[in-house]
Amino acid sequence: MTSETTAADIDRQELEQQFAELLDHYRGEPGALVPLLQGAQGIFGYLPEDVMRRVAEAAGEPLSKALGVATFYSQFRLHPHAKHTIRCCHGTACHVSGASRISEEVEKYLGIHAGQNTEDMLYTIEEVHCVGACGMAPVVMINDRAHGKLTPEKAVGVIKAFQAEVEGEGSGALAAASATGEEEAEQ
Amino acid sequence: MTAQRTLVQPVPRNPRRTIPEVDVRICLGTGGVAAGSREVLKAFEEELARTDVLAVIRPREDECSGRCASVTGTGCQGLCAMDPLVEIHLRRNGSSSKVTYGQVTPAMVPEIINQHILGGEPIEKWLVLSDQGPTEYNAFYDAQEKLTLRHVGVIDPEDIDDYLEAGGYQALYKVLSSMTPAEVIDEVKRSGLRGRGGAGFSTGQKWEFAAGYGSPDGVKYFICNGDEGDPGAFMDCSALEGEPHAVMEGMAIGAYAIGASTGYMYVRAEYPLALRRIKIALKAAEERGLIGENIMGSDFSFHIKLKEGAGAFVCGEETAMMQSIEGNRGMPRMRPPFPAESGLWKRPTNINNVETLAVVPWIITNGAEAFASRGYEKSKGTKVFALAGKVNRTGLAEVPMGMTLREVIFGIGGGVKNNKTFKAVQMGGPSGGCLPEALLDLPVDYETINQTGAIVGSGGMIVIDEDNCIVDTARYFLTFTQSESCGKCPPCRIGTKCMLELLNKICEGRGTPGDIDMLQEMAQEVRTGSLCALGTTAPNPVQTALRYFRDEFDEHVVEKKCRAGICTALVTYAIDPETCTGCGACLRVCPTGAIAGEKKQAHTVDAALCVKCGTCYEKCRFGAVKRS
Repeated sequence: MTSETTAADIDRQELEQQFAELLDHYRGEPGALVPLLQGAQGIFGYLPEDVMRRVAEAAGEPLSKALGVATFYSQFRLHPHAKHTIRCCHGTACHVSGASRISEEVEKYLGIHAGQNTEDMLYTIEEVHCVGACGMAPVVMINDRAHGKLTPEKAVGVIKAFQAEVEGEGSGALAAASATGEEEAEQ
Repeated sequence: MTAQRTLVQPVPRNPRRTIPEVDVRICLGTGGVAAGSREVLKAFEEELARTDVLAVIRPREDECSGRCASVTGTGCQGLCAMDPLVEIHLRRNGSSSKVTYGQVTPAMVPEIINQHILGGEPIEKWLVLSDQGPTEYNAFYDAQEKLTLRHVGVIDPEDIDDYLEAGGYQALYKVLSSMTPAEVIDEVKRSGLRGRGGAGFSTGQKWEFAAGYGSPDGVKYFICNGDEGDPGAFMDCSALEGEPHAVMEGMAIGAYAIGASTGYMYVRAEYPLALRRIKIALKAAEERGLIGENIMGSDFSFHIKLKEGAGAFVCGEETAMMQSIEGNRGMPRMRPPFPAESGLWKRPTNINNVETLAVVPWIITNGAEAFASRGYEKSKGTKVFALAGKVNRTGLAEVPMGMTLREVIFGIGGGVKNNKTFKAVQMGGPSGGCLPEALLDLPVDYETINQTGAIVGSGGMIVIDEDNCIVDTARYFLTFTQSESCGKCPPCRIGTKCMLELLNKICEGRGTPGDIDMLQEMAQEVRTGSLCALGTTAPNPVQTALRYFRDEFDEHVVEKKCRAGICTALVTYAIDPETCTGCGACLRVCPTGAIAGEKKQAHTVDAALCVKCGTCYEKCRFGAVKRS
């Protein structure tokens, strides 16, 4: 119990440290509100109230404006987000190729609707407009990796394959997760 | 403003030490990666290394004394339908051959290596392109002319030396060493280049305006609009992923022409691969003195900052984009003043689209006349089109403007998938419209397409077939514009919502004849009462659908029928007892238990329980489930 608490505390301290560096980096820079919100969300996964307050303060803007900006753009989340994001593309090419049926099946399989998290906080489903892989429509993205030419069955199949890869390997789970999010990892 | 110092002409820092005998290039664009090209790349590296004959090398780093091969990742190679694409260039005994394989899987790699790379016999059945003879995909490639995407799918976008070796940054060098800003503007004006983001305004003229305004503190901005929001267009994504340096070089040339010292690249967050490659490119260009202070040793300084979009379609509108960069909600404002006079932080600002900027270095290098000699009447040069939807060869095609829609869709695109009947091509996304078969012989040119009620827009062409419902397609775009309306102008905010409700009503079988007149009337209100292009063009998809496919609307409203079977409320499912084999596949997948029947006996659908999901229809292998 105590050792777990300590580990969590260290994690939180680390995040706080990153957040403080982010605030210092952008403090006083014009137009910093959006990158600050993006950075903060990158650190905490979403934008809790105290984070919003400190972002607003660092950007030299009232909290009302920070909240106005955060709710204007679809990227920002005011509530916690699950670990992995499944984005069902609803761009035009995907729509005319049956994206609605794919969304239905994916939602049914995970037991949640778009915009919701699974109870274990492992998966969030999002509906997005276009991921730029129209030639492969219909497309579903799992984290930063796109999967194309899907049918409802295949879409569930790629999610199952991802789950097996990430959850099946126990301690290796993190490594597998970052391998699929390779675009980020290589930066 | 012109450079007085001695300029340093850019050259690759690490020129190739070896031209490998085997040069394998694999598409690592978003589409390619989605199809599994990373796994294919890995397989080539491993399997080539396993042959005792070839050494796998990096041509810029390694010397090779014996026989060697290199494996390179490129941007999008164009024919997305056949991804992952692998190009293999063999140079052997003084001769050279170049072929491209399509839909390559890791399992195919050993055979390609044994039979083709080592054995010298290309595997015909997997070829999509060959310099040894025609393939069935030649029609996709032959009509194309790549000026904008000249490096995409050819070079490694993460290696600045690859770009430099292909002549990269030479246009910027030419501009800085021998042209005045006015000469640059004149060159671009004479080329006839028009903004590729959708509006089609003359790029040279836009630069001239921005150059003409002074700034109190000398600060001007140059923005690259990479917020490719039109769902169905992916040419900017592809250019940013495949040749980020070309876009940056175009920006620097434009910035020199208008006198800007700071640039922003505004790229949507939904393009993680493009963002990553831009970061790599920017860092490399800064390190080599190609972007930043005193570029190439001249007096011209230009810094580029990358701004990641936060998910708002309206930010593609230039005044909204500037608001977003300033850290505000991305809401458009009245023009004038135009950005050229008072833009970002109230300084003169110029904004160009990615595709526009990517072709600028080509124009500078090859001359205005070379560009203007291609194209059609007032639409010069080439344009990239994104072919998607129900078309056989999906992908990116760059063609001279003025080609007919039929040539693009049926020639390059190879016609409609699965031999279905063509219904319409959607052009210009949420600001455009659906054009019927009867208009396919029109040339693709800004003025001609505008007259149809659609727009060339950013170049998305989504083909839809008999299985798609035109009312549902119109509703899809209204759903999009309604959710993306920034909320500033009530006619757009409320009008699109009301129009959407009417379309929902029609799709759900509750339409009345007056609804269509009401739709027309509201479309006019939204068009005239909105400030920016999002609102003024939002009714286009509905209006063009009504103009060319009125009978389908009437069918929905009067006969309560959806001929494509998409509007579920207007569809019923039944099982044909003659065709049904009683296999039970439909019964097992039905989520509501609406299907009943004994094994090997004809099954039936209980209409009261059926939720019309269509799963049984998709599942039946005998075509016994009928939709009407």
